[in-house]
Amino acid sequence: MNDDLGLWTVLLAVIGGAIRVSTPFLFVSLGETITERSGRINLGLEGTLVFGAMSAYATAVVTDSPWAGVAVAGLAGGGFGLLHGFICRFPRVNDVAIGIALMLFGSGLAFFLGKPFIQPSAPPLPAIPLGFWSDTPQVQAALRVNVLFLVGAALAVFLWWAFRNTKAGLIVRVVGDSADAARAMGYDVDRVRLLATAVGGVLAGIGGAYLSLYYPGSWNEGISSGQGLMAVALVIFARWNPLACFGAALLFGGAGALGPALQSVGISQGYYLFYAAPYVLTLALLIATSSPDRALAGAPGELSLK
Amino acid sequence: MAAHSLSRRHLLVGTSAVALGSLPFARARAASPLTVGFIYVGPKDDYGYNQAHAQGAAALKAIPGVQVVEEENVRETTDVQKTMESMINLDGASLIFPTSFGYFDPHMLIECKKNPKVQFRHCGGLWTEANPKNAGSYFGYIAQGQYLNGIVAAHASKSKKLGFVAAKPIPQVLNNVNGFLLGARSVDPSITVQVIFTGEWSLAVKEAEATNALIDGGADVITCHVDSPKVVVETAARRGAFVCGYHADQSALAKGKYLTGAEWNWASIYKNFVADMQAGKAPPNFVRGGLPDGFVKMSAYGPAVSDAARANADAVKAEMMKGGFAIIKGPLKDNKGNEIAGSGKAFAENAIELEKTNYLVEGVKGSA
Amino acid sequence: MAADTTAPALPLAEPVPGAPNRPPAALQARAWLARRAEVVAIPVGAVVAGFGLFSLFLLVLGKSPVDFVNLVWRGGFGSPFALQNSLQRAAPLLFAALCVALPARLGLVVIGGEGAIVLGGVAAAAAAQPLQGWPATLAVPLMALAAAGAGALWIGAVGALRAYRGVNETIASLLMSYIAIALSNHLIEGVLRDPGSLNKPSTWPIGEAFAVGPLPGLDVHWGLGVGAIVCLAAYLLTERTTTGFAARIAGGNVRAAQIQGLPVGRLVVGFTALGGACAALAGFFEVAAVHGNANASLNAGFGYTGILVAFLARHNPLGIMPVAFLLGGIEASSGLIQRRMQLPDATVLVLEGLLFLVVLLSETLYGRFKIFSPHLWAEKRETSNGAAAAA
Repeated sequence: MNDDLGLWTVLLAVIGGAIRVSTPFLFVSLGETITERSGRINLGLEGTLVFGAMSAYATAVVTDSPWAGVAVAGLAGGGFGLLHGFICRFPRVNDVAIGIALMLFGSGLAFFLGKPFIQPSAPPLPAIPLGFWSDTPQVQAALRVNVLFLVGAALAVFLWWAFRNTKAGLIVRVVGDSADAARAMGYDVDRVRLLATAVGGVLAGIGGAYLSLYYPGSWNEGISSGQGLMAVALVIFARWNPLACFGAALLFGGAGALGPALQSVGISQGYYLFYAAPYVLTLALLIATSSPDRALAGAPGELSLK
Repeated sequence: MAAHSLSRRHLLVGTSAVALGSLPFARARAASPLTVGFIYVGPKDDYGYNQAHAQGAAALKAIPGVQVVEEENVRETTDVQKTMESMINLDGASLIFPTSFGYFDPHMLIECKKNPKVQFRHCGGLWTEANPKNAGSYFGYIAQGQYLNGIVAAHASKSKKLGFVAAKPIPQVLNNVNGFLLGARSVDPSITVQVIFTGEWSLAVKEAEATNALIDGGADVITCHVDSPKVVVETAARRGAFVCGYHADQSALAKGKYLTGAEWNWASIYKNFVADMQAGKAPPNFVRGGLPDGFVKMSAYGPAVSDAARANADAVKAEMMKGGFAIIKGPLKDNKGNEIAGSGKAFAENAIELEKTNYLVEGVKGSA
Repeated sequence: MAADTTAPALPLAEPVPGAPNRPPAALQARAWLARRAEVVAIPVGAVVAGFGLFSLFLLVLGKSPVDFVNLVWRGGFGSPFALQNSLQRAAPLLFAALCVALPARLGLVVIGGEGAIVLGGVAAAAAAQPLQGWPATLAVPLMALAAAGAGALWIGAVGALRAYRGVNETIASLLMSYIAIALSNHLIEGVLRDPGSLNKPSTWPIGEAFAVGPLPGLDVHWGLGVGAIVCLAAYLLTERTTTGFAARIAGGNVRAAQIQGLPVGRLVVGFTALGGACAALAGFFEVAAVHGNANASLNAGFGYTGILVAFLARHNPLGIMPVAFLLGGIEASSGLIQRRMQLPDATVLVLEGLLFLVVLLSETLYGRFKIFSPHLWAEKRETSNGAAAAA
């Protein structure tokens, strides 16, 4: 039998999978971190992700430029973010519920407008072959890294730094921790939240562009399978820390690659359970790191969902 | 052409069409057009299963006196029952094609009893005499196409490892995996096929991951059996692997990497059914056919297919066109070492045993 | 933690401030009526406005809004067939919505009902096997109990994690939902599989004897009737019992509830478990009244639609019924819209999304119309003579 790379194959696949699959999770969770840090929750990023995927693909088909697709997806995502931020400024409007409605509206609109684009092929986003030093095709394949992944990683570091060290970061955090304090300091709470939600939407839209233009690199109605929703959940898991978001996205992506990789080396019984690995792993880590006493360190004080 | 070969199948299968000859709708036929309803489980332009059916439906629209109504993304629960009833009650449909496997039992059977004057024909189900007489099922022996895929794949493969992305380990899928491997092994007995099950009929990211895992494992020709092969085909081609298509023609998605593909040709079946209806008789209840019957066809060979491969595949195809071609023939073991068929034993394409396949043959890595 | 501050119908409970004398009975009745009219008039107005917005969308596309509304009426409401179609679709949503609405009383956002539905269906189908040969009057309730038990355990575990471990219930319920679906698929295609279920892996059939039939005189299964009863029971529990009152206090302010000695942990576990049991009943009816076995079609998305229903009903169990019916009606008309207007199936998703946005936005209008706010009438009557114009 040809098992010279059994475990090695699985490990490589997990690394490769982490790099390939994590990017949409990363972008959505970073976007949501910004939004939630300002004290609002936007559960509708699933819809933004799907709409971003559709608009990016459609734009790339029409203009033949994947980067134009990314730009349009970001703009569209920003539009959805503005809509959420605008509606939520009215008193007694529930941000969680609006998010759920926008999830439906965004996906519905994407499916509706995306029908003519299921068939055509769009030019994909380019990848950087970081595995050039290796002769092993598996290594080369695993380390073919998309530019957006690198952008996302850099963004995670930048946001982590910016939340602590820039005025804008501080304002967002103050608004998120206490609206009253922010008002006393003269900040327009609604406007900060509006902008934070819009930026979150931009990032989620770009995450969608990655889905349709790079990996899996296709537009259809099942493209997301709940990744936007999961990414929002990962923010809580990552305790509103952008660096932890990066880690959580990698972990989630890597665990998702486990199922197919194990089958490819002959472990094929109970594959449904292997496919549940990312969820089980996340839940286990969540339980292990939670505590009833110090309830959610790092949670923005104004957040309705903790 | 297809119609003539179908009539042969009509006789072979021996339906109750004659017994039901005098149906009430025969009289009304001249006055009102025949309304045919198609129900799809996914989007009808998915480059796959649903598109293949929608193309068949589109072929009916050109027939005078036929009106086609369609509904896509219909769930396999009471939703589909209500869709059928709505097509019957509000659109006057008298022939319904619920095309997804999960529509058959109990949903279509319930509607058959509720609407005895309407004819229902289901894709993939196994109609038996115990089922209502206005029900029926049709399917194609597409494993023949996968066998030919396997032949072409074997000629193209350098690593002698092939990959198969499959949804679920059910008979129709297992027959395809087995056909793919046996076709390849007819060229080179050392070839293996690695299969990865995604567990769902349509799940883009998992299909892409499975394709990557297969190629990382050394496979250099990929095929699949999922509802929409688009993601698998595109991912494999981008990784530089060759692709054999499935359900519909995906050559536009993989350019030079597309070798050939096993496609449905539902138009021939649907046209025959409609012709029966227009002639005032019920379509046959149980229809099966393969390449010779025109139910299944092959995509045109891609540029990467060698002359030797073409000659080989064409020769086997000619053999299949005579009918009775046995893909599963002894001596043959499954990949757990159990005997499937002893020496001299063979299952022709229409063998009823193949509707119940629950094994993967020796040479396939993966478990059914 | 107060996820939904508007959930209890607080605006209605506002007392009439500074009323010096007892107002005459007629005025009292009018006040009572006005306060209740508000909860009806505002959502109805919002639905109409939502349809208006959607009409603009259709006009941009060059389609006729009149045709559209006509088809929604014909497909969802306008005939006995259409009505039954809508009611049939509403049935599972009643249960699914309760899985969101009950925990919401405690300020919890549970979005994992889908998993409880699937798991409940599998549990019901599994329970049917050892019960074969039993009388149906005994076996069918036991199957329902098995389903409810599985759902209660599953979502109750989410509540327990929340109460005793501080794990966020929203993310935990979503994760548990994915795990439940994977587990169910594993069981359906593994130990519970009927080897005779060839191309659609399923559990052993529950058998004709245990099949749950339609409601008398209707083509809608019993899930609708039971769902309505369960909604009513949930309403009584949340609005008319001390437990429900305690839950509402805990949902408003955990610390205050703890100071008053309320068993917050037990309330959280109890309400999440009840919600899970309700969702699982949807799975039970899918198995017992529709499929006759458990298979992958149980995962049809009812759980996610249920979230919408619950939020639209403002987590009021009585409100769930009309909302589920409206939603069922819109979905029932989807097919007709596809076939008659050549619009894609996603059309109804766009409509639903718009409707929900507008309805949720209308929350902000409560208490802003004088006509619905009796405590503002007194000042008004002094000036003009009660010409009730909307403020």
